[in-house]
Amino acid sequence: MKSDTAPYGAPTSAARAGRFWRNAARSKYLYAMSLPFVAWVFVFNYLPLWGWTMAFQNFRPGRGLFDQEWAGLTHFRMLLQDDMFYLVLRNTLAMSLMGLIAGFTVPIVFAVLLNEVRNIVFKRFVQTVSYLPHFVSWVVVAGLVTKMLSTQNGIVNDVLLWTGLIHEPVQFMAKGEWFWGIVTAADVWKETGWNTIIYLAAIAGIGPELYEAARVDGASRVRQIWHITLPGIRTTIIILLIMSIGHLISIGFEKQFLLGNNLVREYSQVLDLYALNYGLGMGRFSFGTAINMFNSLVSVILLLVANGLFKRFTNESIM
Amino acid sequence: MSTQASLSRRPPGDRVFDLFVTVAMLFVTVVTLYPFLNVLAISFNDSTDSVRGGLTVYPREFTLENYKVIFAYETLVTGFRNSVLRTVIGTVIGIASASMLAFALSRRDFQGRRFISFYLALTMYVSGGLIPIYILIRDLGLLNTFAVYILPGVVTAFNVFVIRSFMDGLPEALQESAKLDGANDFVIFWRIILPLCKPALATIALFLAVGQWNSWFDTYLYNASKEALTTLQYELMKVLQSTDRGMSDYRGQNMNEVMNQVSPESVKMAITMVVTVPILAVYPFLQKYFVKGMTLGAVKS
Repeated sequence: MKSDTAPYGAPTSAARAGRFWRNAARSKYLYAMSLPFVAWVFVFNYLPLWGWTMAFQNFRPGRGLFDQEWAGLTHFRMLLQDDMFYLVLRNTLAMSLMGLIAGFTVPIVFAVLLNEVRNIVFKRFVQTVSYLPHFVSWVVVAGLVTKMLSTQNGIVNDVLLWTGLIHEPVQFMAKGEWFWGIVTAADVWKETGWNTIIYLAAIAGIGPELYEAARVDGASRVRQIWHITLPGIRTTIIILLIMSIGHLISIGFEKQFLLGNNLVREYSQVLDLYALNYGLGMGRFSFGTAINMFNSLVSVILLLVANGLFKRFTNESIM
Repeated sequence: MSTQASLSRRPPGDRVFDLFVTVAMLFVTVVTLYPFLNVLAISFNDSTDSVRGGLTVYPREFTLENYKVIFAYETLVTGFRNSVLRTVIGTVIGIASASMLAFALSRRDFQGRRFISFYLALTMYVSGGLIPIYILIRDLGLLNTFAVYILPGVVTAFNVFVIRSFMDGLPEALQESAKLDGANDFVIFWRIILPLCKPALATIALFLAVGQWNSWFDTYLYNASKEALTTLQYELMKVLQSTDRGMSDYRGQNMNEVMNQVSPESVKMAITMVVTVPILAVYPFLQKYFVKGMTLGAVKS
């Protein structure tokens, strides 16, 4: 019906346009079910990207979007001259890297060991328990961590005192040098169980005949893990590693916000918190946006690198 | 023990290894559960007695007083109501949008399929960042509104892709026959596809509900000055942070009074339990669904 709107075009393109509109008319319900959400995503996910222009302006919240004063790269220059920036960058990278290493290795070890549990009921129980912390908010987890590490009746200090490793309680939450470790450990505690799901599925996909053959050859269980289980999930391991490199710097700020306090500020500030403090706390919107933008750009670069690696390993693209 | 025959021929190291695995798994279980049980014990224990310390996983002097005190505190009740509301509304809307988008994207004959997939996938990796999003929310007039809990999260790319992978696995013949009977795409979606997607929908409903229930930052950022819009997690956050930063910056005297009726510690532990128990009650029953959902989502994306 709408095919004759392009009568003068080349016949092939007219025919193509005709097909397009006929097809579109046929899929009108599919369009109705998707386009409103596409518009929605544009508003809430893509419009903020346009907000990056604020980084190049002296943004005044009172004025309209079009009568802002342009400032070029001033805010980026200020960012690079701020000593605090390097401290914050160090913290972000350190916690990202520690999170990457721990968050990558611990779930593999846990999945492999869990797979070796012979008693099905016990295995299920451990599995269910291990998923629990994933569903609990960071607010609660931060509360639990603070409680467990407390100097008054905190279990960690109690156990350490009891074993004689220390002779007086350690003030974990008040010492900056502990902070990165605490954040990483809290993350491992919260997410390890959840992150094993995919590994367990991959292990379940390994053919039982391989283990059978190994048993006949008299291979011990440890050797079976080394020669069958781990090679069997190698591809999964590589894929997940590369994907987590892509998310390396987007570690968020919830943990740092909730677990940090003034005593450990030098170790707990990350890029997002730094942006929040300057941008909203002090009303320096443009400077805050410049920090956000820097963060996003580094993420995208890491993602592209990760995707490149991924392509080389699997000939597929994750994007 | 499993097969007796193989047991006799097992290499000697395997028994040691079995023991090691069992001990390691017990360790994981204890480390995961202890904090919760400890908090539970303190929340049900007389607060003056708790101060003496030494509580482990069971209450020494059982009482419901701590819970009575927190449920008498109006702001917490408001927070509870808002948390329940946003969880219900957010989950229903989120499921509706994700399943409709997923259906459109699962159809091979849908032209917009590739573009929309890419367009959604991009949002998983690139974000405008806190400040631009804050400015947008402010310009849309969403500061100090309940709507700010719902509207920004209507579409989540990851959820769409999980449901789509599930729909991709359904036989195409189902839709063909309905189409011959003259059903339009929406009817096919509603009557045929959706009922078959229950496992995927259960997974996504869980993710959405947990996400809504656990949110605190949006309250902190957008609605902190309006007490009628507070949420349970935000109140818990303030209570937990209050000792570190002194009570002075804490809104109103109310909470101070509550904390002084029983000890601050007991109040914190009781709220923590109120926040955690609903999740504990739900997730084990959905386990087989979300395990499948996660595996599917990972394979496809």
